[in-house]
Amino acid sequence: MSVAVELRGICKAYGALTANRAVDLTVDVGTVHAIVGENGAGKSTLMRILAGVEVADAGTVRILGESPARPTAREAIRLGLGMVHQHFMLVEPFTVAENLVLGHELLRAGLLDLAAARKAVADVSAAWGLEVPADARVEDLSVGEKQRVEILRVLYQGARVLVLDEPTAVLSPAEVTRLLAMLRRFAASGRTVLIVTHKLDEVMAVADRVTVLRRGERVGDLVTMQTSPAELAHLMVGRPVPMPGNRPDPPDADPAIDESIAGSASGGSGASAGARPAILTLDGLGLVAGGRSALAGVSFKVGAGEIVGIAGVIGNGQSELLDVLGGLRAGATGTVQFGGSDRVNLLTLSVAERIRAGVAHVPEDRADRGLVADFTVAENLMLGKLREFGPWYALGRTAVRAHADAVLERFDVRPRDPEAQASTLSGGNAQKVVLGREITRSPRLLLCGQPTRGVDIGAVEAIHAQLRALRDAGVGIVLVSAELTELLALCDRILVMHRGRITGEFLAGEADLDRIGELMLGATAAPAAAGIGGPP
Amino acid sequence: MSPKLASLLDRLIAPALALALAMAIGHVLILVAGASPPEVFGALLAGTWGNGYGIAQVLFKATPLVFTGLAVAIPYRAGLFNIGAEGQVVAGALAAGFVGSHLPTAAPALVAVTTCVIAAFMAGALWGALPGWLRGRFGAHEVITSIMLNFIAMALANWVVADFLAQPQTLHTAAIVDGARLTRLGSWLPAFRGSAVNTALFLVPVVVAGTAWLLNRTATGHQLRSVGLGARVAEASGVPVARVQTLAMALGGGMAGMVGVNFVQGYKGYFEDGFSGGVGFMGIAVAMLARAEPWLLIPAALLFATLSQGGLAINALVPKEIVDVLVAVVLVVAAAAGARSARREEGS
Repeated sequence: MSVAVELRGICKAYGALTANRAVDLTVDVGTVHAIVGENGAGKSTLMRILAGVEVADAGTVRILGESPARPTAREAIRLGLGMVHQHFMLVEPFTVAENLVLGHELLRAGLLDLAAARKAVADVSAAWGLEVPADARVEDLSVGEKQRVEILRVLYQGARVLVLDEPTAVLSPAEVTRLLAMLRRFAASGRTVLIVTHKLDEVMAVADRVTVLRRGERVGDLVTMQTSPAELAHLMVGRPVPMPGNRPDPPDADPAIDESIAGSASGGSGASAGARPAILTLDGLGLVAGGRSALAGVSFKVGAGEIVGIAGVIGNGQSELLDVLGGLRAGATGTVQFGGSDRVNLLTLSVAERIRAGVAHVPEDRADRGLVADFTVAENLMLGKLREFGPWYALGRTAVRAHADAVLERFDVRPRDPEAQASTLSGGNAQKVVLGREITRSPRLLLCGQPTRGVDIGAVEAIHAQLRALRDAGVGIVLVSAELTELLALCDRILVMHRGRITGEFLAGEADLDRIGELMLGATAAPAAAGIGGPP
Repeated sequence: MSPKLASLLDRLIAPALALALAMAIGHVLILVAGASPPEVFGALLAGTWGNGYGIAQVLFKATPLVFTGLAVAIPYRAGLFNIGAEGQVVAGALAAGFVGSHLPTAAPALVAVTTCVIAAFMAGALWGALPGWLRGRFGAHEVITSIMLNFIAMALANWVVADFLAQPQTLHTAAIVDGARLTRLGSWLPAFRGSAVNTALFLVPVVVAGTAWLLNRTATGHQLRSVGLGARVAEASGVPVARVQTLAMALGGGMAGMVGVNFVQGYKGYFEDGFSGGVGFMGIAVAMLARAEPWLLIPAALLFATLSQGGLAINALVPKEIVDVLVAVVLVVAAAAGARSARREEGS
């Protein structure tokens, strides 16, 4: 069997971060080869080097037996390699046919020969069962269709080796099945497919061989038939991970399991929140964003005086959860009951009404949602609480000043200058301003995203202390953080989110960093679920 | 140096630089035209600030420029670019002319004047609110919609006047009642005699002060500025962004509509098609030069009014189009300097 792709000793570093460390990879012609690894393991970098989009620091690339004369994308295409990127590279207002011929237009007498382009679309499309309408405008297509246009273009360019970077991340389960079948047909026709993914069920379903990367290094190169998801996960994470066995279906396809976890999770929270009255009760919260499910069946309770942490790999629905609760994202289904005797469904309230009802929000992205950079600190501290400073037509300058001074003092913001521009503050001081503004609303519920992201170490402990004090004062807190250690340090309970669902729950003290890490990666919650319902 | 003073100086650097460069280029152009620069600049000054009539005419021409400057500046502070002042001026003036001519002849001056001013403001505000609402509701870009609404306003006014409101043999509406007319300052100050400058001038400091107060001292102004400088932050703080944008455009449109007060009530006594002559577009220049700061609109408007009036004074020596070049230079430099300091603020 001849070799389609051969990488030898590929090294690539971005500053202090090593993305690839002496990676070797050999892929035979006519096979589907999967590259797996956790986020940041260096999969995408390796593929971008192969496709000529990035230049390696060291190492050699061979495509179908030839070395690229120059490390450019054009050269890789000439050698027969085509890459389908995670973010589509299509001109949205153009038709499929126009997109297909972009860059190497078919000309007849100096004019664009769209008839020939349409025929080319029809031919390639029919040959592979891609079913893409040649005259449809790309902007009118679904995500799955757009991806097929990308694949169509790569095939049209004559690619013998196809590289797909996380192709299933944006697809529905039905489209995933269809894509994987198509990849098998490519291999059967003598083409070669490289697929980057971190979904092990897809690997098992489609790949002939698997290469596992961990922290930039190749830690495994296996024949799919001779391995198991558990072994792959073990290699990816570096320690054993309990897996759902060799199920051919993706975990999403069997919602019953997740529902039962979510159900027991809310049962568990009911028990733990028994001592404290629940201030927030989510029931079956769902959200479809960009054509896919961002939140599904999210149910949990937050007690007054309780910090509930949300752990998860970025992009698994935590941001959407905060946005939905804060009123910054419409279209959610389910209910969110807030308050005690004055119970309301938060989803029916505007942002201003939520603030008045007692919801405060420290947004994940300070620069985007938290502070107006060109406002002074004092002006920023007025946001969302203008009524405190006198009648609307004459805000009291002394009241504004007194409020600003008080917040700067209490939260130890430096410099103690209410007239300083917000953009001049360090990350930690900027975060203290946001936190100060939100806490001094006297909220009953605080939504808090990444409270110490980009914050200097000195300020982290101060911010943690403020959150604890708030909790002790009886405020319920939903805390989303990418820092597991932060969640462990602060939370009374930690929920794990994976693909928009709650997949695990841990009480403070029972939480185990390793277990949470595994659940974040999509391992089954079965062993933990047994422990969920029980009392602490 | 206190930050307040520093920021004021920073705002003044651009206009000063613009003026200096305009003078230098004007110098060269005048030499090319074969005239003596000191003589021409002398004539320009003498014909404007050198005599009572000149001063009066500068004030008369500056008045609408402050209004249209505000029409651009207020939405600008909410992050919107109102290119529709020209149409809003037409809407306001037509409303002042229509309402003014339909009031009972015996209406007391205070009532008649106030009614017309309110009509002018409201008509401009409605015409301005439309692109604001389209932006908030559908995301339609206000630059496009407000430009288009200019043409619609002018065409509508043309049609309505020609087919329904025009006096026989003319292209203007019936005269407004005497009570709605504003006094010309020349009737009090002999030096101003012959100029159309009128009591609408006294509205300028009132409206500018009101706008400055609104922006800096009220809850509405705080919301408006927060939308302008950080709409997504404002949204997260419960500010109704779309409503604030509509309000800002409505206020701006209302200011443009007040041009009708100066023109219809203070000058002609009726609405006449095609009178506005680009004051709406000049408002963009005024607002940019003043960096959308209400009080700075007054000197900026005076500068452009001086150049405009001065063009007439120097026409005997050099082509008056030289003044148009000076205006353009002032604008380009002010815009470039404004963009530069905006970038610096972002970078800091």
